[in-house]
Formats: sequence, C-alpha cells, structure tokens
Amino acid sequence: MSAVLAIIRRDLLLAVRRKSEVFTALFFFIIVVSLFPLGIGPEAALLRQIAPGILWVAALLATMLGLARLFAPDHADGTLEQMVLASAPLGLLVAGKIAAHWLTTGLPLVLLAPVLGLQFGLEADALGVLVVALLLGTPLLSLIGAIGAALTLGLRGGGLLLSLLVLPLYVPTLIFGAGAVEAHISGMGAGGHLSLLAALLALAVFFAPWAATAALRIALE
Amino acid sequence: MSNVTNSILFKYATPQNFYPLAGKMIPWFWGVGALLFAVGLYISFFVAPTDFQQGEGYRIIFIHVPAAWMSMFIYLVMAMWAAIGLGLNTRLSSMMAQALAPTGAIMAFISLWTGAWWGKPMWGAWWVWDARLTSALILFFLYIGFIALQAAIDDPRRADKAGAILALVGSVNVPIIYFSVKWWNTLHQGASVSMTKAPTMATTMLWGMLIMALAFWAYAIAVALMRVRAIILEREAHTDWVKELPEVKQ
Repeated sequence: MSAVLAIIRRDLLLAVRRKSEVFTALFFFIIVVSLFPLGIGPEAALLRQIAPGILWVAALLATMLGLARLFAPDHADGTLEQMVLASAPLGLLVAGKIAAHWLTTGLPLVLLAPVLGLQFGLEADALGVLVVALLLGTPLLSLIGAIGAALTLGLRGGGLLLSLLVLPLYVPTLIFGAGAVEAHISGMGAGGHLSLLAALLALAVFFAPWAATAALRIALE
Repeated sequence: MSNVTNSILFKYATPQNFYPLAGKMIPWFWGVGALLFAVGLYISFFVAPTDFQQGEGYRIIFIHVPAAWMSMFIYLVMAMWAAIGLGLNTRLSSMMAQALAPTGAIMAFISLWTGAWWGKPMWGAWWVWDARLTSALILFFLYIGFIALQAAIDDPRRADKAGAILALVGSVNVPIIYFSVKWWNTLHQGASVSMTKAPTMATTMLWGMLIMALAFWAYAIAVALMRVRAIILEREAHTDWVKELPEVKQ
C-alpha cells in the first residue's frame, strides 16, 4: 500500500512541478464546452437540454489528452522498467498511476463542471447530479483509458491510435453519465443511472489495472 | 482416441503443417459458398414471396441479416483465437485472429450499409439512432481499432498480444455497450423504431435467410483461410520450409 501512495505522491509532485500539462487539459475542456453555444446558437432551452451531453463529451476528450502522457514519460526515462523490477506488484503501481492521473485530470474537471453547467442554465439540483455522475464516471475514464495508453505505448501515432481504441469503449460511461443528468431533469430520477455507473466503476477498478499491467508487460518485452 | 485427436490438433497447430491443409480446404469452402450463394440468392429473389407490408424492398434482409450475424459472431471467434494465442502462446491462433478481423469489419460495414438501404424505403430515413444500429456502428469501430493497433506495431508477437488484450477488453465491453445503448434508446423514445415485434416470417423467407447465412459462413472461412496463409508466408518467410514451397521458389 505504501508503494501505491508513493507512486501517487510522486506523480502528483511531478504534475505540480509541470503545471502547464494539467492546465492545458483543463482549458481544453473549457474551450470545447464554450464552442458548442457558438456553433448552435444562444437559445437557452436548447442549450439546457444538450448541456449534459456536451459537458460529458468534452470531459471524455479532455481525459484523452492526458492519457498519452500516462506512461510515456516513465517509459522514455526508464522509470517504467524499474517499476517492473520493483518488489511491489506492478499492478499496484499501475493502479497508483491511474489514481494520480484521475486526481490531476479527472478531479479538476469534476470541480469545474458546475461552473460551466451554470453557463448552460442548468438548475442547482441538476448540477449536483452532474457532479456526482462525473465523480463516478471520470475515474472510469482514467481506468479504461489506461488500458489503451499501455497498449499504444511507444507506437508511431500513439495518441491518435489511442483515441481510436478508447473512445468506443467510453460509450457506456457517456450514456449513463449524461443520461443521469437528463433523467433527473426529466423527473425520472438519476438513481438507476448512477447505480449503473457505480457498478461499471467497481468492475473497472477490479479489471482495468490488471489488463493495463498485462498490456504494459507486453509493451516492455 | 483422445491421444489421436490431440496429436492431430498439435500437428496442425504449427503453421508449417496448417499451411498446406488450409490450401486444400480453401477450394472446398469457395465451392460450397458459391453453391449456397446461388441457391440462397435464387430463393431470395424468385421463390420467397413479396412481403405484403414491405414490398420487394424487404429482400435486402437476405444480405443484411446474415452480414449482421457474421459481424457479431466473427468478433467472438476472433477474441477466442486471440485469447488462445495469448494464453497458450500458439502463433497460429494469433494469426487466425488477425486474419479474421478484416472480414469481420467488412461484415459490420455491409450490415450498416445495407441497413441504410433498407431503412430509407421502410422507415424513410437512412439512419435512425436505434439500439441495434448504434451498437453495430460501435462494433465496427472496435474492429477498426483492432486492425489499426495491429498495423501500428512492427513486432508481430507484440502485435498479437496487444491485439489479444484489446479483443478481450472489447468482448467484455460488447454486451455492456449493447445494453447501455438499448437503455439509452428507450430513454429517448423519439427516434426509436421497434424491430423486436417482427411479423412471423414465411418459411421460404426463413430458408432463404438460413442458406444465405451458411453462404456467408463459407465465404468468411474461405477468405480467412486465404488471409491466414498469406500471414503465415509473411511471418515465416525466413524459414526453410517456406523457401522450399513451389509457389515461393518460382
């Protein structure tokens, strides 16, 4: 367990020292979300209706940005090989890296989303559901994305390929995440969607670090 | 008995022995496939009655439905071969998975394309965001991702293993994607068209569809075997047995 905490602490420290990467993803999120009203028009009712979908799609894309950098720097300077050789199980270390990735890219999105939701005229309770859904969904994005990041490690055009691999796998997260807010607005209640998101998260917490570790071992062979 | 089957299995698990066997099997599958296509197309165009609701346009389902079945089934077969290749480290299994992927992608594409042709006269729209259509589209994306990942990796063994992990993750995800899309679709009732309550089919229609499905099977097997032979030649090009092959020597 201490190894996991050490990895998280190290990655957070690296992120703090290189703030620009975190802020790039965050501003990408803000800009993408702000582009939609410009493309669609300022009609308030329409914007309120499509707000959950837009915020979620933007969150998917912003998470993608950081994924290519999840293992690549450690691969380049040889840290990753030392992790494979370390006495702590590689799976735990990978889980720690995924947790750090979520803390640096997912959590800021969750905290920022309500502000952007206000721009789209979402009510306070809908914003609450949005935050809960993102809180359950963004770790899922980091977990699934880690598999793709490990598979494409060190490949030509890795970043583009990564999005091709990972985005189709994000579909259920998108559907249940955006659906939770829409269901709440339409009066059906978001409980079912949130439960399904939580179930997917539980499944991914168990399997994704394991699959990502297997993919890393293949990439390093 | 089990020893005999085992030894046969092991014998043909090596590319060197499988290559000539596949070569012998290919003409048979082409022949059977061509025959089934001829019979199936004859039934679908001339024997099967005109549908009283959909007119002649319904006949496209004789292509559409088998292609949709194959696109789903091939993904499972591909994931199975990939898993065997990953677990038992058998090279031929991974080559089979690689050989099946383009055929599966083509099937997914055909089912989407013919679906659009069917949808325009029947529903009045080329595309609706129906649960089946959407999950077929995502299945197509999964195939493309698998092919792209394998194409991006130069080392064939790494490509095999990475592709296997992706195929396995995909096959876990396919049911999740299907049900999520289904529930998403029921939430947005607007565009949905129910196909689950299909009217009962005339027997000749059913026969036509089954024969066409078998024809697609034969085609898929023949093409996959041809592709796996090409992959074997490519990967084993450095070996003596490939250099001794008459088709390589000339």
